[in-house]
Amino acid sequence: MITSRGERSLSYAIALLFAVAALAPLAGILIAALHPPGALLSGISLPETLSLDTFGTAWDEAKFSTLMTSSVIVSVSVVVITTLASIPAGYAFGVIRFPFSNVLFYVLIAGIIIPFEAVIIPLYYSFRQIGLTNTYWALILPQAGLQVCFGTFWMRAFFRAAPGELVEAARIDGATTWQVLWRVLVPIGRPAIFTLVVLVFTWSWNDFLLALVMISDDAHRTAPLGLSVFKSRYGLDVPSVSAAAILVALPILVLYVFAQRQFIRGVLSGSIKA
Amino acid sequence: MTSFGLGTVDRVIRGRARARAPGRRPGEPRLIGLVYIAPAFVLYALFVLLPATDGAWISLFRWDGVTVATWTGLGNYADAVTDPVVQEAFIHAAVLILFYSIAPVCLGLIITAALSRHRIRGLTAFRTIVFLPQIVAAVVIGVAWQWMYDPQGPLNGLLSAVGLNGLTRAWLGDFGLALPAVGVIGTWVTTGLCAVLFIAGVQQIPLDRYDAARVDGAGPVREFFAVTLPGLRNEIVVALLLTVVDALRAFDLIFVTTKGGPGTETYVPTILIYKRAFQSGQVGSAAAIAAILTAIVLLVSVGIRRLEEAREA
Repeated sequence: MITSRGERSLSYAIALLFAVAALAPLAGILIAALHPPGALLSGISLPETLSLDTFGTAWDEAKFSTLMTSSVIVSVSVVVITTLASIPAGYAFGVIRFPFSNVLFYVLIAGIIIPFEAVIIPLYYSFRQIGLTNTYWALILPQAGLQVCFGTFWMRAFFRAAPGELVEAARIDGATTWQVLWRVLVPIGRPAIFTLVVLVFTWSWNDFLLALVMISDDAHRTAPLGLSVFKSRYGLDVPSVSAAAILVALPILVLYVFAQRQFIRGVLSGSIKA
Repeated sequence: MTSFGLGTVDRVIRGRARARAPGRRPGEPRLIGLVYIAPAFVLYALFVLLPATDGAWISLFRWDGVTVATWTGLGNYADAVTDPVVQEAFIHAAVLILFYSIAPVCLGLIITAALSRHRIRGLTAFRTIVFLPQIVAAVVIGVAWQWMYDPQGPLNGLLSAVGLNGLTRAWLGDFGLALPAVGVIGTWVTTGLCAVLFIAGVQQIPLDRYDAARVDGAGPVREFFAVTLPGLRNEIVVALLLTVVDALRAFDLIFVTTKGGPGTETYVPTILIYKRAFQSGQVGSAAAIAAILTAIVLLVSVGIRRLEEAREA
């Protein structure tokens, strides 16, 4: 395409502007976190010496070893349950014809847009009644119940697009429906499943509301909840709170660096028909 | 079938498959599908659907969460509709839609217009960076922006540095400016999503439409309105759908940054639901507001989709 030089520079300028804007707030806390714990910052101040001490302090003060353990237990459990439940469900909705499949599918994907605030109130009181508040189950089960909606939706899209000849061939060879799923489709579906795993892990790692409502003891706090508690106690210590925030985001940021394509594709196409 | 391994196993499976399905024609509905969806559906029903209906039931009672509830029928709804605090919260949510949806869609279009006219080096890196706010926990974003907006923070520092000391303030504590300040965080979060969505959409627009526009002597602006904008109609609808729902459901960010304050300046429905259900013992009222919010979210999503379908027809 023929475009003028000035126009080209303008394009780069706009791109640069938005990229800087997207990074600025995160850069802000990164710079703050490089200051010593408790330092009083003002404006845009660069630390005189580079040190990662504040991360260590924040790790200890906010009890990150407990927070991270909880978050890992919860997120991994949600991922395992969601994936194992979504694969057969997506397969059924995508490939098998069965009674009420349309209605059931619409009911299920309504869960993608339902505001969780509508669910959290009765959920809390039921869980309190059966003594499940302040347990990991209170975080894992509702999270999985919510994520299977997207998971099923996502896996259905994959199974629909999967080459029909492959399934036919396996069928002719006498494979059962179940075998077609696990021996033919799941192996070729690894990329789709990987995307699902990455997204579900991220969403459940980032969850805040459920933890805020269900968890009131120190032992079961997840990282985002721990950050919020830490912030309300040490709000004036900007470097430490900033360091804690970065620690909470770090696992997902690392994941994003390696799987940004999957993140973007998943969030976009997953939501397109929601 | 060699990939399935042992011949004997194969033969057994094959035999069984033949034996199992006598007289069933291919394509006939099969109940086995229900078994496959059972685990997902049970999880969803138990932890989302059932509580949702349970919530609708709770909304018909006056209940403090502890003592016995008393029936009030639609009383909580009547109260909610006439309660100025509730009205204010919904108005704030409407204002947030401007920031979460309208502004990001416009900014996303500007980005797309700028980047789609020629090959841009580093487009992948750009995508990765502007999409970043989508994957960071809202609590972390709240902490980051609270520092940006802090009286001693970078934003005020920047304003002072360029001689605009008069504009510095405690942004999130400012009556009148707190809501827009929170809104800008929403814009920051969703702009990248819109941009990435639109950039992907532009690549689907046939190039000959651009060529035709150029032959007709269209400049960048006319080209944008004649080719790019109509070509992105689907993507814009999707962007609106996602971001409007985001705006209506916003909770984490606001809870972490302002908790609804100063005063009730940044109260939104979700904050109100949380406060009433878990802090002030107005559980029935909270459930009613939640039901209203859910109805609005569902209506808006269906509405936006209908709008698009009507246009296509």
